[in-house]
Amino acid sequence: MSLKNLMICLLALVMGCMVQTTGHAEGVEVLRPLVNALAKGGFKETEAQVGALAATANPAVAPALEALSNGDLYERKSDKLVVIGTKAGADLALTDPLTGEALGTTSPAALTKIKVNNGLRRTIRSALGGLTLMAPDPQVRMAAAGAMFKSVDVEGLALLDAAIAAETDARVLTVMQEARAAVLLAVDAPETTKIEAVRVLAGRGDRDALSILTGVAGNAGTPVALRDAATRAITGINQNLALWDVGQNVWYGISLGSVLLLAAIGLAITFGVMGVINMAHGEMVMIGAYVTFMVQEVIRTTAPGLFGGSLAIALPLAFLVTALIGIAIERGIIRFLYGRPLETLLATWGLSLILQQAVRSIFGPTNREVGNPDWMSGAFQLGEMTITYNRLWIVVFSLLVFAGLMLVLKKTPFGLYTRAVTQNRRMAASMGIRTPWIDALTFGLGSGIAGIAGVALSQIDNVSPNLGQGYIIDSFMVVVFGGVGNLWGTLVGALTLGVVNKFLEPYAGAVLAKILMLVFIILFIQKRPRGLFALKGRAVEA
Amino acid sequence: MITSFLVRAFDRQAALFLAILGLVIVAVPALNLLLPPDHPLHVPTYAVSLMGKYLTYALLALSVDLVWGYCGILSLGHGAFFALGGYAMGMYLMRQIGPRGVYGDPVLPDFMVFLNWKELPWYWTGFDMFPYALMMVLLVPGVLAFIFGWFAFRSRVSGVYLSIITQALTYALLLAFFRNDMGFGGNNGLTDFKDILGFPVQADGTRAALFVASGLALVLCFLLARSVTRSKLGKVLVAVRDAESRTRFLGYRVEHYKLFVWTLSAMMAGLAGALYVPQVGIINPGEFEPANSIEAVIWVAVGGRGTLFGPIFGAVLVNYGKTWFTAVLPEVWLFALGALFVVVTLFLPKGLVGLAAMVRARLPRHRTLKSEPATPSTGEPQPAE
Repeated sequence: MSLKNLMICLLALVMGCMVQTTGHAEGVEVLRPLVNALAKGGFKETEAQVGALAATANPAVAPALEALSNGDLYERKSDKLVVIGTKAGADLALTDPLTGEALGTTSPAALTKIKVNNGLRRTIRSALGGLTLMAPDPQVRMAAAGAMFKSVDVEGLALLDAAIAAETDARVLTVMQEARAAVLLAVDAPETTKIEAVRVLAGRGDRDALSILTGVAGNAGTPVALRDAATRAITGINQNLALWDVGQNVWYGISLGSVLLLAAIGLAITFGVMGVINMAHGEMVMIGAYVTFMVQEVIRTTAPGLFGGSLAIALPLAFLVTALIGIAIERGIIRFLYGRPLETLLATWGLSLILQQAVRSIFGPTNREVGNPDWMSGAFQLGEMTITYNRLWIVVFSLLVFAGLMLVLKKTPFGLYTRAVTQNRRMAASMGIRTPWIDALTFGLGSGIAGIAGVALSQIDNVSPNLGQGYIIDSFMVVVFGGVGNLWGTLVGALTLGVVNKFLEPYAGAVLAKILMLVFIILFIQKRPRGLFALKGRAVEA
Repeated sequence: MITSFLVRAFDRQAALFLAILGLVIVAVPALNLLLPPDHPLHVPTYAVSLMGKYLTYALLALSVDLVWGYCGILSLGHGAFFALGGYAMGMYLMRQIGPRGVYGDPVLPDFMVFLNWKELPWYWTGFDMFPYALMMVLLVPGVLAFIFGWFAFRSRVSGVYLSIITQALTYALLLAFFRNDMGFGGNNGLTDFKDILGFPVQADGTRAALFVASGLALVLCFLLARSVTRSKLGKVLVAVRDAESRTRFLGYRVEHYKLFVWTLSAMMAGLAGALYVPQVGIINPGEFEPANSIEAVIWVAVGGRGTLFGPIFGAVLVNYGKTWFTAVLPEVWLFALGALFVVVTLFLPKGLVGLAAMVRARLPRHRTLKSEPATPSTGEPQPAE
């Protein structure tokens, strides 16, 4: 791409802009007399003018028509200009109906209100529907067709027919035809047409279609053939919806599983590599969440523009803070307790109480507000499933963390040393690996992972000093279920527990599902005391 | 020589300890009931209940010590047995309310009327009879522990895995008892008790009697635990604790020994819970919190595990500390408790009793001369690392 080409592109862009602006201006000039004519004569004349405006098929007239329908359209006595007036105290704030330009405020005495009645309103509504159904932007047409489907407006049938004839976009066309089918089922139409409409709705296959078809099938006056068709369609849709339900449950399960994975994966490292039960693990998650809170606070006060990137800033910070705390814990307490796992458990439990109370003293016992950046909020529809962005990102994030950890453990010298120490501590030491250092760093890594898990969990959970407590038992269950010393086991364990839990919930309720899971794990441990993927060999007896 | 000397000394201390306990059991109610309220030595009723609560905690600590100190099973779910015993007692007390509840139903407790239940669930029948309730206080935790232990010990689940699943057990029960459908009062638990054996629960005399009952239960369980640990059975338990595989290879059925002591311990915990409930006047699912069970473990660790009076001492001391701190410096309590966990595990692996023994060992040994071990090697075993 040479500079010349670039210049040409730029030129083309500028020209394009100019063409568009002039085109728009011309539109306004053509439309202005038509809009001003709305004020002339009585209802009949106004209605004719509405028809004339609708005939332009220009969406720019829509604001004027809407204002007219709402009784907000006025004629300015001074220059006979038709304007939109909205109440501003005793006066009216004026805007231009075509350009949307503000025209100052005037007292109501300087204006004549354009009268409107119900007949006129009906005309306006269908004109508006037609305008949006004919709008040049496919998104607008789509939205209009969707709205027509939901409202089942019997009088919109002619409009829909016209729009369908003119439609070029296949997806918009489908929605329009579905809207038309819904209307056809509601009006008096030949039976074959109605059966065809049922077929169209069956193709749509969602809950809205289901409710319309249920209405048709349940109506005693419906002819037999039509009712049969509707019943068949309902069965089909129900099967379809059941499938989507399964999909939704799987998604919820994966989402829960990813949260469990994030919370448990750091534990899997410390427990797996060092055989250390770190009961303060949940508090590392909690500290990670508080780091996110603090980063957001600083951003709010100093650079609000960076808010979208707050999580990206919080991630390395949370990792660093919790990893350092982890190393300090290992050097200060845990290294004196190696070979005494039960004592380690108690000491780290005590530590967790101290950390909790420390956070409570510094930040207060109440929940702190951690905001979702824009790209984390909202949801989208996938077929019949609703997927929220924050859950989606957490699933992606947990898998990334898992992959990253795998890479570190399999491809770096540090990972090699860690694995060597896991498999045979004394032999590793004999080969010149500084096992105390590896212990400290591994513990730091596990704690750091817990910290970044906290960043993610701050997006879906309450950030309070008790945040970690809620995850610690679940994390242990995941690690024990998956098998100690095996990250794949943790992944499989987390996802399995998540999905099974979500499948139990509709039948048993959330609490009972959880109880059943716990009982299941207790029984499972009896069968396989070393978890799903147990380490083999001498490490088992250690 | 020195160990057996220490053992004998501790023996004497144990007798001394029982004497002190006996004195407390007699003196506290006497000072409460016989002296006028304005007398300087008068013990107020709330203090009697508070001390009674400590005694039930001490009994819980004793039961934890029996499995942890002597058999190496670290239970993080003993609070579950405690709470189950408490619920059994609570059910008896609920039935004693009779028509005096808010809704005045002659049979159904208030919360069942509130939930629109029409009749008593089958598992509530019989709880209006005290002997039946007392039997359930021992049976329910006992049977649960037996089933749980039967599976766990047969599959050789041990160490931290066992600790984690005991925690899962109490957590599952916590969630279950929170449910209203369970028929145990859900979130609010069982409360608003009126009578026990026909005596009003709130009355001074009843409180004193409950205190005495707690003390006697503690003494009896102490003696029971002592005879168990001093028998051949107790020796095998210690062997299991210190070298489980070796004991198994010597031909002992390790899981049977474990199961016995585990079930016995659970029943003791249940009894403690049953005595706890009438004195505090409420039992709710919060008692199943895993944190409570872990706290009971620290009482044992502070006092000294593997000794029977250490945990009793530890339980009273830590709980007195808790009462004092939460009244005077509520923010500091968790710091203190957390620090206690860390300090005890790092520096006092044998607890305060171990510390006392260490101090004693460093003192001039003028006593060794008159020491004459009566029974060789009947000592309080040293806790395993």
